[in-house]
Amino acid sequence: MKNVRTGLIAGLGAAALLALTACGSATPPPTSTSSASVAFKPADQDAGSAITVWADATRVPGIEAYQKAHPDAKITIVTYSGDANGATDLQTKVQLFDRSGSGWPDVAFTANVNDGSWASQGKTPYAAPVNQHIIPQSTLDGFAAGANDPCTFGGNTYCLRNDLAQVVLWYNKSLMSQFGYQVPTTWEEYQALGEKVAQEHPGYVVGTAGDAWAAEVYFWASQCPASTATGDKQVTVNLRDPKCTRMAGLLDNLIAKGSVAKDTVFSANFIKNTAGKVLMLPGPSWYGQTLFNSTFKTPAGQIAAAAPLKFASDTTTTTGNVGGGLWFVSAHSRNLQASADLVTWMTTSTDYQATAGTYPADKQAAVAWLANQKETGYFANDVGPVFQAAAGQVWPGWAATQYSQEAIYASTVVPALNAGKTITETLDSWQTAISNKAKSLGYTVNQ
Amino acid sequence: MTTTSVPAPRTGPVDRTSDRPARGRRSLAGYAFVSGYVVLLLAFGVLPTAYAVWLALSNSRGQLVGVGNFTRTFADYRFLPALAHIGLYLVVWLSALMVMVVLLSLMLHGRMRRTSAALRFLFYLPGALAGVASVLLWLILLDPAASPVGWLLHALGWETLAQVIAPGHLPVLFMVIAFWTGAGGWIVIMYGALNTIPGEVLEAARIDGASTLQTALRIQIPMLTKWIAYMLILAFASGTQLFVEPQLVSTASWGMIPDGWSPNQLSYQYAFQAGDFNGAAAISVDLLILGLACAAVVVFRTGLFDRDEK
Repeated sequence: MKNVRTGLIAGLGAAALLALTACGSATPPPTSTSSASVAFKPADQDAGSAITVWADATRVPGIEAYQKAHPDAKITIVTYSGDANGATDLQTKVQLFDRSGSGWPDVAFTANVNDGSWASQGKTPYAAPVNQHIIPQSTLDGFAAGANDPCTFGGNTYCLRNDLAQVVLWYNKSLMSQFGYQVPTTWEEYQALGEKVAQEHPGYVVGTAGDAWAAEVYFWASQCPASTATGDKQVTVNLRDPKCTRMAGLLDNLIAKGSVAKDTVFSANFIKNTAGKVLMLPGPSWYGQTLFNSTFKTPAGQIAAAAPLKFASDTTTTTGNVGGGLWFVSAHSRNLQASADLVTWMTTSTDYQATAGTYPADKQAAVAWLANQKETGYFANDVGPVFQAAAGQVWPGWAATQYSQEAIYASTVVPALNAGKTITETLDSWQTAISNKAKSLGYTVNQ
Repeated sequence: MTTTSVPAPRTGPVDRTSDRPARGRRSLAGYAFVSGYVVLLLAFGVLPTAYAVWLALSNSRGQLVGVGNFTRTFADYRFLPALAHIGLYLVVWLSALMVMVVLLSLMLHGRMRRTSAALRFLFYLPGALAGVASVLLWLILLDPAASPVGWLLHALGWETLAQVIAPGHLPVLFMVIAFWTGAGGWIVIMYGALNTIPGEVLEAARIDGASTLQTALRIQIPMLTKWIAYMLILAFASGTQLFVEPQLVSTASWGMIPDGWSPNQLSYQYAFQAGDFNGAAAISVDLLILGLACAAVVVFRTGLFDRDEK
């Protein structure tokens, strides 16, 4: 026993000595970060080499269709989570590949719209700046205005947007006419109608504040500076701004009245008890098929989409955005040509994108997609003009960041709501949570 | 990184009358038996630990920085809350484990001899499920709208999953999950340990007029001390490393549990969100030191490694 103790003390002593002989800083300044001035240096190219593609199961049939159309293409498909629902598999694996110095997939799809923020950073960013002689400018110009904002860092485009998730006002046309209500066009009208619904038809809802993405649906649309990029790794976070408090007040009022739910639309409770009582629901374009059709099983011919709401005092309409996938070409790829060709086809092919589940970011593909939606006959009105207009109205003041605004809202505001607090009361702790998280990842935070 | 303490391998009892070659052969066989384990222990236990210690003491450029990474991660706004979460969880989990496991195995051993085999199997069953799968099962159980025990959750006043997994409930919820998945194995082990207590001792106690309670308190539990200590060390180590439960419940609730709830999650955030492997290593070394310190206290206090022959 004595020997064990002596050994232990000797070991601890040695460790302490080693620990004290420090000669560097625990946080050395990064050697270099990406910037517009640095020209992209590709790896040695090998035109005939096979490429590896990482994508989620939803995208795999598309890649297989590409292979069929291009029999010469040598592609290895790896199915992974696609970073859906807040997973961080791609980043985790890329961090490990960065350490081991090999293994990066040539092409990667991610369902996390924020992934460009880390993939464009670092000594050798994982993502290649595709605007630098990899994908022609004419192709990039074919995307909806602002669609590639989450890919743009320091003037370079580091990915191609797969789909848009512009927020519109979903409503149940049958219920609205049954109750004799007009579809609102401003947030003020929306609030008035919400109060009326609470009184005349208790139990029916006009929105939800318990979704992780509620911040993006309501506060982004309200132009709240919760995530405004002011430079490379610099953000402004100011939830006390009047553009935030006006939305917080509106939601608090309707939550108190009962016509805005505190639950998330995907919870078993909401699907069971409230799905049939959704009168209106501001939400992303993918709510149509994914939520109303597949999850709520609302019968065809009831659900319609209206233009995003605006505040009466604002001159223009702005809206939010909830997600949307990205396609990366790896900066380490030995076959940029083949990688770029696949990514271009996946995002812009009208044949493939027309059948996709979500609204394509490429304008031509979107036209084909909308025609296809019309054919399904699910919606009670033509969602085309609404979707197309909203695609260009996403407020550009909300930047993609390395941290997830959804995770912060879900872990800060949602528990507070369920504990009986209001959003307005929670703004300060929400602000602190965003600033803390941003600072921990090396961001400079201004208020 | 696990902090499983491994008792020193013993070679067979030495037969003093035997000749030398036989003794050599025996110890050779002993080495052969432990060699496979030692190789794996080195590759997946010792070397990664040494690498983590090195990472914790250096920076991204490979320079030694002393305790820089430790002070830096200690000052992180999530570090102390994470320690507090895990501390509370450990208090609940370790006391539940100690009391319930000992109690259940004593009951199985003493009173329910006939049904005990079936009950032991039942207790052990959840532990046989893979850890992640059993947590997934709990995600359904905890959602009042989907749970087969929804009436119980409603009776407690919880109508939605969000209300069930409110921040204040988490340590107890994770304890319930951990108990359900992990306690069965320990009950089986404790039952085995109870079987090693010689029947004559228990019979003597009975003849002397000891009640069941007295037998348990004066004879069985004291003779189980080493086993309980062993359970305590392993449960403490695995408890401080809590990861799967908060991570999965967080994913299932769209992020309602902060991503740095437990120190191990925080370490994961450092490594894979911030790309800061040195900070991540510092936190994991913190956990290693905690686990070792607890093990040292328990080992020295209970004489876990003392040999029986004095």
